Amino acid sequence: MMQAQEHPLEKYLRVDRLPHVWCPGCGIGTVLGSYVRAIDRLGLDLDKMAMVSGIGCAGRAAGYVNMDSFHTTHGRAIPFAVGLKLAKPELIVTVFSGDGDLFAIGGNHFIHAARRNCDLKVICVNNFNYGMTGGQLGPTTPLGAKTTTSPYGNLELPLNLPYFAASCGSSYVARWTSLHARNMIECFEEILEKKGFCFVEILSPCPTVYGRRNEMPEGLDMMKLFKERCEIRNFEDTSRVGLNQEKIIIGKFVDEEEKETFEDRVYSLMEEVKWGGSR
Amino acid sequence: MNPGMHFLSGNIACAEGAIAVGCRFFAGYPITPSTEIAEHMAYRLPQVKGIYVQMEDELASMAAIIGASWGGMKAMTATSGPGFSLMQENIGLAVMTETPCVVVNVQRGAPSTGLPTLVGQGDVMQARWGSHGSYEIIALCPNSPQECFDLTVRAFNLSEKYRVPVILLMDECVGHMYERVFIPEEVEIVNRKKPLEDKRDYLPFLPKEDLVPEMALAGEGFRIHVTGLTHDERGYPATNPEAHEKLVRRLCEKIRVNKKKIVDYEGVLLDDSDVLIVAYGAPSRTSMRALREARKRGIRVGLFRLKTIWPFPEEELRKASSNVEHIVVPEINYGQLVLEVERVCKGGEVHLIPKMGGRVHSPREILEYLINLNR
Ligand code: SF4
Repeated sequence: MMQAQEHPLEKYLRVDRLPHVWCPGCGIGTVLGSYVRAIDRLGLDLDKMAMVSGIGCAGRAAGYVNMDSFHTTHGRAIPFAVGLKLAKPELIVTVFSGDGDLFAIGGNHFIHAARRNCDLKVICVNNFNYGMTGGQLGPTTPLGAKTTTSPYGNLELPLNLPYFAASCGSSYVARWTSLHARNMIECFEEILEKKGFCFVEILSPCPTVYGRRNEMPEGLDMMKLFKERCEIRNFEDTSRVGLNQEKIIIGKFVDEEEKETFEDRVYSLMEEVKWGGSR
Repeated sequence: MNPGMHFLSGNIACAEGAIAVGCRFFAGYPITPSTEIAEHMAYRLPQVKGIYVQMEDELASMAAIIGASWGGMKAMTATSGPGFSLMQENIGLAVMTETPCVVVNVQRGAPSTGLPTLVGQGDVMQARWGSHGSYEIIALCPNSPQECFDLTVRAFNLSEKYRVPVILLMDECVGHMYERVFIPEEVEIVNRKKPLEDKRDYLPFLPKEDLVPEMALAGEGFRIHVTGLTHDERGYPATNPEAHEKLVRRLCEKIRVNKKKIVDYEGVLLDDSDVLIVAYGAPSRTSMRALREARKRGIRVGLFRLKTIWPFPEEELRKASSNVEHIVVPEINYGQLVLEVERVCKGGEVHLIPKMGGRVHSPREILEYLINLNR
């Protein structure tokens, strides 16, 4: 009889929790798969890693990785991670969540964690809408797109996430799509090794609730669109990578030299300050 | 601060109590009248190898202390009314994930922005029911700077023991009151139970006899999963009726069955009283004065002072009030805890002495009320 073989990535996942909740054709699984492949390539110790998620489809990722993981409240993954990382600086802390979670309800936290240069790896799966609640407009929904709360077309302008992240002081900013698995893995390897606030946006199809209202009913439809329209422009000025143009600009936009992190400053203060308050 | 006698405000005493019991993480956002706690923590924590971080708002502050607690630090935040409202969301997360942490609310005049610099006691019910869902919580209520120190120590210990957020419900008057505070050489320190089991078999939410599970921290190799979703003993989401019933019951019962150990109150002249004052925080101070004056006039008044508001000391109060004719409840609001008193006290007539305007009742006001009752 054939012995069931363990998948080489099984040890990175909570296989006892599979199957996962994501729909067929959804891009989130590819993003998570690339993330664990990056861990595998780097040979990182899972006991020294933690993942923090907020709420939403992407927010479920924390439940599937075989490391300490925290599925928190809507929008609060980043401040939770700020506290966790400060208390346990030896951990590599990844925030894995969606565009609505990180940039609508949690937008303010993003600004300030980036500004402080907290040593967090923030991965945002951008599916252009609120998937888990059935497909409402969000901060990244394109102008004119149909969602359940923009039945006549979206009246709002979407946020250019890399531009926003860069302007807040992120040490590393990149954008890939779920089609670009290879680049994604390399990118995740880079951020997992890099100190400081790192931000990666991954464009990802949501056929079930976004695609089907916008003439892309299959997961493959948006992948085709990525294939046709993506153009890699590393270190492009992020003000020019908005998704309101024909070309979808992807690549690594910001990769600063290592800067002092917030955690560095907090811990060196502890060393310097004397009982009685002098420095 | 060195052990010995000090002259401190309630806010500073609270911060020192936290440091004495081992709090090494504070995340907060400035708000009157609690700001001195944050300021003092910013100054003191680095001296004891602790961390002060000023967050972007109270939502973040509450989230950060929960994160820090899972990282192994004893963590707290301090706020006032509007900030307390913002914290409710993640207080619920701390309840659901059984995360030890302490939330100080120095109450001010409300609703809304209300009276930022003046006293209030309008958050009593919010402390109990502020976050959504059925849960039990612990809230302590000091009435002096000394008690701000002592009850902060206790708040941490209860929080570690029962793995529940504990609210220290102060008020502006007590927070800004200066008095002598004795800081002992050592305070009692309770730490969360740690798992001893084999890492593979460890169930992070499997309760022990006291209904409280052992707590593994991030980075210890247990590969825990912690979620605000209804979860099973492994910590995995389990959104079925049985799992929900089981979890919510346990979260409530772990406080209810241990109520006797948690509840704390001070009784003054309870044995022979015809009138009982039930008070907490600042009004308990003026009530004490009124009580003495009333006694001089031959009115037999007793005082039941709550140091624990939640869980509410039902049995203790029922017993203390069983033979009185009148129960008087002075509160700096338009009637909150009086509802609990009415529920519990079956004998005497319950009277609320409300107070608005950001002021404390004067002893005379309470005394006159007592005199009128006895006419
Ligand atoms: S709703 Fe959309 S984003 Fe959510 S799992 Fe389904 S396809 Fe993916």
